[in-house]
Amino acid sequence: MAKNATRTQTSRAASTPAAKRPTPLNPDATSERLVPETNWTRRHLLDVDDFTSAEIELVLDTTDAMKEVLARDIPRVPALRGTTIVTLFYEASTRTRASFELAGKVLGADVINVAASSSSVQKGEALLDTVRTIQAIGADVCVLRHHASGAPYIAARESEFRVINAGDGQHAHPTQALLDAYTLRSELGDIRGRKIVIVGDIAHSRVARSNMWCLTSLGAEVVLCGPPTLMPVGLNGSTSDAEEHDLPPVRVEYDLDIAIEGADAVMALRLQRERQSSGLLPSLREYSRLYQVNGERLAKAKPGAPVLHPGPINEGVEISTEVAHGARSLVEEQVTNGVAVRMAVLYLLLRGEQP
Amino acid sequence: MGGIVLSNGAVMSADEIRRAIVRIAHEIVEQNAGVSDLMLVGMRTRGVPLAERLAAAIREFEGETVGVGALDIGLYRDDLPALGTKVEIKPSELPQDIAGKRLVLVDDVLYTGRSIRAALDALIDYGRPERIQLAVLVDRGHRELPIRADFVGKNIPTAKDDDVLVQLEESDGKDQVIVTERRD
Repeated sequence: MAKNATRTQTSRAASTPAAKRPTPLNPDATSERLVPETNWTRRHLLDVDDFTSAEIELVLDTTDAMKEVLARDIPRVPALRGTTIVTLFYEASTRTRASFELAGKVLGADVINVAASSSSVQKGEALLDTVRTIQAIGADVCVLRHHASGAPYIAARESEFRVINAGDGQHAHPTQALLDAYTLRSELGDIRGRKIVIVGDIAHSRVARSNMWCLTSLGAEVVLCGPPTLMPVGLNGSTSDAEEHDLPPVRVEYDLDIAIEGADAVMALRLQRERQSSGLLPSLREYSRLYQVNGERLAKAKPGAPVLHPGPINEGVEISTEVAHGARSLVEEQVTNGVAVRMAVLYLLLRGEQP
Repeated sequence: MGGIVLSNGAVMSADEIRRAIVRIAHEIVEQNAGVSDLMLVGMRTRGVPLAERLAAAIREFEGETVGVGALDIGLYRDDLPALGTKVEIKPSELPQDIAGKRLVLVDDVLYTGRSIRAALDALIDYGRPERIQLAVLVDRGHRELPIRADFVGKNIPTAKDDDVLVQLEESDGKDQVIVTERRD
């Protein structure tokens, strides 16, 4: 399970030389800098639901430094030289897997990609056996995507390497939430107090779930919008309901035309076509008529409000072609920032601990 | 405890720091026969304000502006960060292309030389400077690598387990260098 955000190093800090310094004649001579403001204490990145805003900001600030590396003629630094990263994907992915692979390589790590479709998983190898194999190879980090919610938690419990959740079932996708927060911060400046509308299939979306934790932790006002059949159980509009069901303080609005009014940013989610066959939607046509992010609706948001989408996009369903490729779309920035955010996460997990 | 301890507990006072910076600024200009193609690169955190002060001093007596950059070596180090440094890394900022430039790397304390090794690796990833020199406010000895400084504010003999703390107005509210003994 994710380690709690409390400073686990307190007992250690007490025994460091800093704490035993003789008091100089000048009492303020030992400065505050001996106690870092934000410490990185996590072994794994499983979700952002227990992240403090300071921890999220540490990731986002580190991402700034990674962007500088990516902008160089030869983007390669030796920070993670000698470490091995294994990406283990039980579900299809283009951008997440590719961006983790690139992030690891830019930092000088060795990256091995294991796709469940072409590995012993096809022969019926159980997750934990695959985890043990990866451990025996000598991996330092395993980036895991799995169709079952909670799978990365089991892998983290049973292994000595560090685990990054790259998407588990309908539960969490923490690096997507961090890259969305980074993209929004770059565009809007401070996220605090900003109204951010997430529209689409909230109930089945791990992207929405991680985003609501991350954005509310940073102080944003998050409004969820979608048809009632695609809203998580326990959310019916009031924030106290959310708390009761262990969800962050978000607001629900079923009418997109109302939700989008005065929004600082809009995030559209991918609508999985299977939702129609499972009876949750009358038709895709009706869905796009009521919930598509298009130019007309976007005009009701704040002037210049950006539009995000985690991809892959169903153009003409959850977002119109004109908006998806328009001037206010940040879809490409999200992909670019995804590499930098994943570099930051890998760096902090492997090098962030204090001596 | 190494060095001479002043009455307020400091081995270098604000005046001494100021004089050392002015002297180093003169030495840099003299050694490089002027300021053409010169760039000062401060190592985060405290090397950056020192580089800015050196540039200000040079501007004062030479009338010319020297570029100042900031270098973060977090991604290049071979040891764990020193106690008390934040894990946070920031983007390096170099005001212009370093190819063909005479660079003066600026740091507060020269100790094992490992940070300087990392800084050299980092700089060379940006291009091929004509030369790189090193200026430090304090050289406390105990080198672990064949590295020496070209410009030194003050040599302070220390025991290996002493801590040398450079405090600067910009980051700590006052200028002084203190050495404290570790009693484990």
